[in-house]
This record gives sequence, structure tokens and C-alpha cells, in this order.
Amino acid sequence: MKEIIQSIKNLSIGFKSQDGREISILKNISTSINRGETVGIVGESGSGKSTLALAMMGFAKQGLYPISGECVYKSKNLLDLSDRELEKIRGKQIAMIPQNAGQSLTPNLKIGYQVEETLKLHTNFSSKERSIKITELLNKVRLPSPNVMAQRYPHELSGGQQQRVAIAMALAGSPDLLLLDEPTTGLDVTTQAHVLQLLNEIAKDTKTSMVYVSHDLGAIAQVSNRVIVMYAGEIVLDGDVRQVLRSPLHPYAHGLLNSIPKLSLPGLPAAMPGTPPQPDENSNGCSFYERCELAIEKCISSKPELKSFSNSQTKVRCFRHDKLSEKELNKNIDSILPQKSKAKRVLNLENISITYSRQSILDQILNRFSNKNITVKDIDIDIKKGETIALVGESGSGKSTILKSIAGLLSIKEGNIIFKDDISLSSDVRHRTKAQLRGIQLIFQNPDESLNPSHTVEEILSQPLKLYFGLSGIKLKNNIIDLLKKVRLSEKYLYRYPRQLSGGEKQRIAVARAFAAKPDLILCDEVTSALDVSVQAAVLKLLQDLKNELGTTYIFVSHDLAVVRAISDRVAVLYQGRLCEIGSSSAVYKYPSHPYTEVLLGAVLEPDPDLKPKLAAEDIVEEKPPENGCCFQGRCPRVIDEKCFKETPPWQISENGNAIRCHINIKDLLKNQS
Amino acid sequence: MKNTEFEITEEKQISTLERVSEVLIAIFSRPSGMIGFSIVILHIIIAIISPLIVPYDYKEINSLIMLKPPNETFFFGTDQLGRDVFTRTLMGGRIALFVTFFATIIAIAWGGFVGIFCGLVGGKIDDIVMRIIDAFLAIPWILAMLLIVVILGTSTQVLIPALGFFYGKGIVRVARAATHDVIARDFIMAAKARGHGNFSIIWNELLPNVRDAIMVEGAMRWSWMLLAFSSLSFLGFGVSPPTPDWGLMISEGRGLMSFAYWPVIAPIVALSSLIIGINLSADAFAKALGIDRTQKAPV
Repeated sequence: MKEIIQSIKNLSIGFKSQDGREISILKNISTSINRGETVGIVGESGSGKSTLALAMMGFAKQGLYPISGECVYKSKNLLDLSDRELEKIRGKQIAMIPQNAGQSLTPNLKIGYQVEETLKLHTNFSSKERSIKITELLNKVRLPSPNVMAQRYPHELSGGQQQRVAIAMALAGSPDLLLLDEPTTGLDVTTQAHVLQLLNEIAKDTKTSMVYVSHDLGAIAQVSNRVIVMYAGEIVLDGDVRQVLRSPLHPYAHGLLNSIPKLSLPGLPAAMPGTPPQPDENSNGCSFYERCELAIEKCISSKPELKSFSNSQTKVRCFRHDKLSEKELNKNIDSILPQKSKAKRVLNLENISITYSRQSILDQILNRFSNKNITVKDIDIDIKKGETIALVGESGSGKSTILKSIAGLLSIKEGNIIFKDDISLSSDVRHRTKAQLRGIQLIFQNPDESLNPSHTVEEILSQPLKLYFGLSGIKLKNNIIDLLKKVRLSEKYLYRYPRQLSGGEKQRIAVARAFAAKPDLILCDEVTSALDVSVQAAVLKLLQDLKNELGTTYIFVSHDLAVVRAISDRVAVLYQGRLCEIGSSSAVYKYPSHPYTEVLLGAVLEPDPDLKPKLAAEDIVEEKPPENGCCFQGRCPRVIDEKCFKETPPWQISENGNAIRCHINIKDLLKNQS
Repeated sequence: MKNTEFEITEEKQISTLERVSEVLIAIFSRPSGMIGFSIVILHIIIAIISPLIVPYDYKEINSLIMLKPPNETFFFGTDQLGRDVFTRTLMGGRIALFVTFFATIIAIAWGGFVGIFCGLVGGKIDDIVMRIIDAFLAIPWILAMLLIVVILGTSTQVLIPALGFFYGKGIVRVARAATHDVIARDFIMAAKARGHGNFSIIWNELLPNVRDAIMVEGAMRWSWMLLAFSSLSFLGFGVSPPTPDWGLMISEGRGLMSFAYWPVIAPIVALSSLIIGINLSADAFAKALGIDRTQKAPV
């Protein structure tokens, strides 16, 4: 019999609306966490997953309060305890690891001191024992040279290291239960894979129970034994990780899995239609009814219960789960058209170098270009009409910097941007002609930021139309309505403000604004990373459809290699502002030749518990690119000799057509891959 | 399966009038706004119609009824020259309100524009303008105002721009700070990338987002200006006798306060109630706009 650490019974948490109604965010949740078990809670934004995790340590966010039910830990209901009593439990017995470790560490205190504070609070060690324990804890989270680390300040650590410190602090009280709220969401792929591996080892060593909250099924698959899928404040599916991810028994989980782009499958994932219901919408039936393909009459009139499923541990909240087995999982819509080879050139980047650092006065006087600290160097890319080229890399790889330069928002130090045939673009937006401006449009990462909150949709879309085409009156309005239709929205949206739109709708408006200019080239800066997966799939589909319809060219910047795989024709891999590998995406993904590409692709998490990421390189972060030699020398697992540190590697072209920059012969590279 | 994404209820365009009435309702629904706005509106109405309703002539001197305490004929009593204090109090806010109202508009206009512009362009222009503003902030306002009044006289043509200029400095800072909040957001970068000019960005993108902050700051400045104007009159540099003015009335009655309080109390109450009213309304105004902005999507 398994020992239950915490059990949650009929828990509802909600808030009072302005008109005094009680609105629940969590609806009647009952579940339990066993000792030594890692439970993944997955769901889209607004599904109540974080609220549930916080309730497990007796906490409700500002404005929320428990309506009914209990969270029982050691035969005490956490929701009834006073703050004093909770203080004794929190941190010591139930610890939490927050999403952004950088913000949860005090910036003016040394790491060692902050860990010691936690120890002081939860243990009665002497100061000598404490300092031994600090070293032990930092060692446990695999921080190199713990004694040195303890003397550092948080800002001197990389994001992954900060997250490790947060984990060390959480482990300080040797808790029974560890709550992790999206602990790897802000991290780079390689760092994320390392942190997840660490969590796995800790779970194995200490037998701590963990609750891992994330929207990322890939991460959930790597760490958890059991997965809870949440939708609109309810548990819709609860079961073993393999059962849930391989043959999901709830249509929502099924749709969610299908809408994730996967490395193993080229083409676009299928999007889930619709949006989740708002917490104040009351329905008698199933909350997923409106988006469900299998829904029948019964689903709207009565609410399905969370039922245990045939002699396994799986519980599902659906009437028609038996119909799901007929549906195929992992089917992508393959809508990428083959590249036309003789297409015209749209943009040519010739040896672009960009630097953020200021030049010294002497250099300015002599009009000399110093070679130190160049953020982006020697970027040489040819972009043809109608193709989608993706720039991928981890944070700091200079991919957004390059986009900004193309848009004219950042001046380049060397090189040329050639637009269309032979127009050399000025790197300052103010010196470009209207036609050049119109030809290049930008779509930003976060539509909350890129849409003016005090403008209606109509005003937002009229900006480019007025500016570039001088439209007004009825013509302007008709054009706006056409644009809305293009992005599959109706004219009813005209007078809405951005705050009245959902995330996906906002991004559609941003896409429409870019297309309003009838551009030749659209720069997409992480356009889907702020969106939920089901919405992400829909936006990718929209971009692909518009491209097929209008023959637009995209430069697509993303850190998500699976998304890039889904949408791009060609991929350019960047590290520290230098090109490592460039080639058609099918070739790059199939035969990654450059050591960095290999490391990067190896670290991608797939939503399959048996596909473990390959951790080839250390997750050290280099602050600035090396002055000489290969850009990847610091982390490369295959450094051969002095040459890597001294000489810039030459371009080599493999038989698959991808070009790489490495000293090792390309044939040897492919041969040695594990 | 229903496709709910595109099915939404019909929505009408929200006109400026509707928005204004929305904000007004929000202001009146909170007690501070209700009280503050009523006071301010009452003062404005009195200022406009007082020449028609006052019982006596404000400048009629009568040595027989000097310093009479309040009674049925003279509600607020009479002053040392035998003039009716009630009449003079009702009319005493006219010039003050007129001057400060237009000065506020000037302050908002120039302060708001300079602030937004400096926030947007940044760099050397911003540095220079802000240091000049800082230098002006270091000069005590009363000294500067006295200097202007002594050199250029006390007419409204001088006072309105002088007050407007001096109280616009604070608005420059507020507008610049509000602009800095907005400037880092992507929609400004989007507008720059589209190739809009600075003035187009200020008008279309920035102004709608910083307008509220500037308006609230302007309302606060209005009450400061009223105090400043009354102080000038009190010191004898504002309105000249016999024109009724609160500051002047306080100054004239001050010496006799120990045995005749009424000529001073009435203008003091009038002035302070107006200032309290403006402050309360500005506060409610800020909150009403704040609520409006953080409102969640009604979807």
C-alpha cells in the first residue's frame, strides 16, 4: 500500500465577482499525492494548475479563497491552519520552486547566505554544520565548485544555475513534498534538459514527492510518473505517464498532444478549435463540449464524472473516451509546399556584423572598427521569395538582434542588407523609403505588448493602411474588414480593444497588421512562444496558409526547435551571434552535422517518457563570444586541437546540402554521432 | 462540435461621448468623487452666475455698517469698509477660477507635449530640456512669480501664461515618466519599424496611453495654481482692490481677525472647499481611469 503524502478532497477555490457571484477557478478537485511519486499537472493557461499547486501548501493567490473542500497533509487541513502553523510546514515539509529563480533570489545577498537562511529557519544545525550542509546542498544540485558559488551573488549566475540554487534552497529543509511551478519555462533547451535530469536524480535519491506544474508536455514526460490533465478548473484525465501520453483517453489531452509540433514529424500540427470557457460561464454539461469532436447530446445536458477506468489507475472525465482509441495520434497536416528553386531573391544579408558595445573615442576618431565584443558577426544569408527561413539558437545567440537590424531598428557595423534586387537598405529606419518600409514588416513575440492597449482593432489595422496607401473612409474600412477575414476573424471584432481578445485572437490581429502593408518579407520574432500550444498550432497554420495564398517570405526566429521544424523550409543555426549551420530544414533535422546543432537537437524534449534527451555538452553560459577561433569552442564536446581556439573554422558543405562551420571534416562528424 | 472562436456578440463602436459618460459614472459612484465633483461644479456655477444673484453691490462702501457680524440682512456680515461679505465671497472666486482654468490648460498642453517628446526622443535633447526644467524647479515659485508680476504687471494676460508655464514643469516630469513606461513596449517599436514619424507616434501611440496620467496631474496642478493665485493676491500682487478676490479678502481682514472673524472665515472656507473639491475629484478621476484600464476582458 502506498503512503499518501497529501490528499485533496472536493477542493473548490474561487473569487467573488463584482456583482457578488461566487466564481470557482478550481471545481471539486479530488486527488492524492503518494510518497516518492512525481505528479505532473498539465494544462493551458487559465486551467487552474498553479492555483492547485499553491493550494497544496495552503496558499491562495490574492483575491482567491477556498470555497469548499480540504487539502489534508499529516491529518491536518492546510486550508484551516493559521499563518503561524503554516510557516512551520512551508519550506520545511512542503517546499516550492518558483518559475523565475532569478526573481526569487534576493539580489544583494550571496548565494551561500541565502541557502544558510533557509537552513537556519528549518534546522537547528550549528554554524559549522550549516556550512558543511550548504556545500552538500550545492553539490547535490550539481553546481560546479560549491564553495566558490556560495560566495557569488545571484546576478553572477546563469539562469540555469539560479534555478539550481532555488532547488538547493527548497531541498534545505528536506521536504516531503516539492512543488515546482513551471521551473524550466524560462530556460534554454539545453539548460532545461539538464535541470530536468537533476530533478529526476533528486527524486530518485531522496524519495521526495514532487508536483510538477507545466504547460509543456515534453518536460512533464521527462520527470513524472503520473500525469494530471486539467481543463477549465477540473481534472479531466489522471493516470500513468505512459498511458496518458501514448493513448490519452480524454479528447482534450488527445487534442493537446496532437497540437504540439514534434521533431520526429515534419509538417504542421493539427490545431484545436475554440477557446477554453471563462470561469464564470455556467454549463450543466461537459466543460470541453464546445471544442470536442466527439460530443453528443448527452455531453451538453449532463456533466461527466471523473471515473476510474477499467482496472487500471487511470481516471477520466468523459462519456465517450472509448471512441478515442479509433482516432489516430501524431498525425500532422503536411501543408509545406516544395521549394521553388528558381525563385527570386528577396533579401540578402552580406557579412552582417552588429555590436552593442560602444566604440572607444580613439576608434571613433580613427574611424576604426574594433573587433572585440561583436554581438553578431559575419552573417551571410540569401533569402528567396516564398521561403520560410528560420533562425534558431539559445538566448544570446543574436537571432532577435539580426531581425531588428533587418527592420532598421538597430544599426549594423559592417556588411550590407540587400533588399529585392539591388537596393542596399539603410540600417536606420528613418532613411528608408516608404516602399522599402512597406516591404518589410515585423510581428512580435507578445501581442499584449505589440498592440496599443488604447486602440481598437480598427485603429490598429488602419495605421499601416493610412501610412502606406493613404486610404480613408469607406475604402479604409473595407480593407480592414478584408484583413480581418484573412486572419479568420469577423468584422465584429472591429471595435474591440486588445484586452477584450484572447491571446490567439490578439496574435491574429498582429499578423493582420503585418499583412496590411502587403509586404514582401515578414519578420516573425518568436511569434508563438507567448501562446498556448493549441493556439500556437492555429497561428502556425494561419501563417502557413497566408504564405501559400500570398507568396510571402518569412524570417522566423524561434528558440523552439520543434516549431521551427514544423514551419520552415530552411534553418540557420546560430551560436553567440555566429552562424554554425545552415541548410534545408529536412536535411538539418535529419543529419545535424555541426556539433552545436547536434547538442541543441539532442536536448529537445519530446512528449514521450521513453525518449530521453541527449546531453552532449555542459550547460555553461558564455557571456561573450570568444575573440578567436570557433564560436562554440567553450562548450564543444568534440574540440580537436589548438586550431579550434585560434582559427575561424571554414565552411564545409555536406552531401545533404547543409553548410556547416567546423574544423572537423564533415564526414567524420556524421560518422562519430551517437 | 461548435466553433465558438468566431461567434461573438455584436459590438458597437464606443464613441468619445460614451467613454466620457462612462468615466463620469465611475467617478460619481465613489463617495470622494461624488463630494469632490459636486463641490467643484457648485463653485463653477456660482462663479458664472454670481453677478446675477448677489444681493448687494460688491464695491459699495457704507461707513454706517462697518464690521457688522452675520445677521439676516448680511448673511456673512460686513467688512471694515461696510461691504457685504456674502456678495464678495460669492464673486471672489471668479477671477481666480478663470485665470487658473486657462493656465491649467496651457500647463497641460505644453507640459504634456514637452514631456512626451523628451521621453520619446531621449538622448541629448532629453538631457538638456530636463536639466533646464530642473533648474526652474530649483527657483522658489513665489519669487519667480513676483519677479514676473513686478516686471510685466498683474493683468490676466500675464498671469495666465506665467502660471501655466510654472505649473507645467511638474507635468513635464509626469508625462515623461508615463512615456517611459510605454516607450519600451513593442507597439512603439512596431510603429517605428513601420516608419511613422515622431509626431505621429506621439499623437497616435503615446498620447492615448499617457493622457490619463497627464489629465490627473493637471487636475492636481489646478488646485496648486488656485493657491498660488490667492497667495499672490494675498501679497498684493494679484487682483487689485476693489475687485473681490478671496486672497485679497483674507489679506484685508487679517488684521482685524481678533475681534471680527467673519470677513476672513468666509473666503477661507470658500477657497479651501474648492481646493479640497478639486483634490478629491482628481483622486476619484485617477481611480476611475485606473479601474477602466485594468478591467478584465468581458469575453
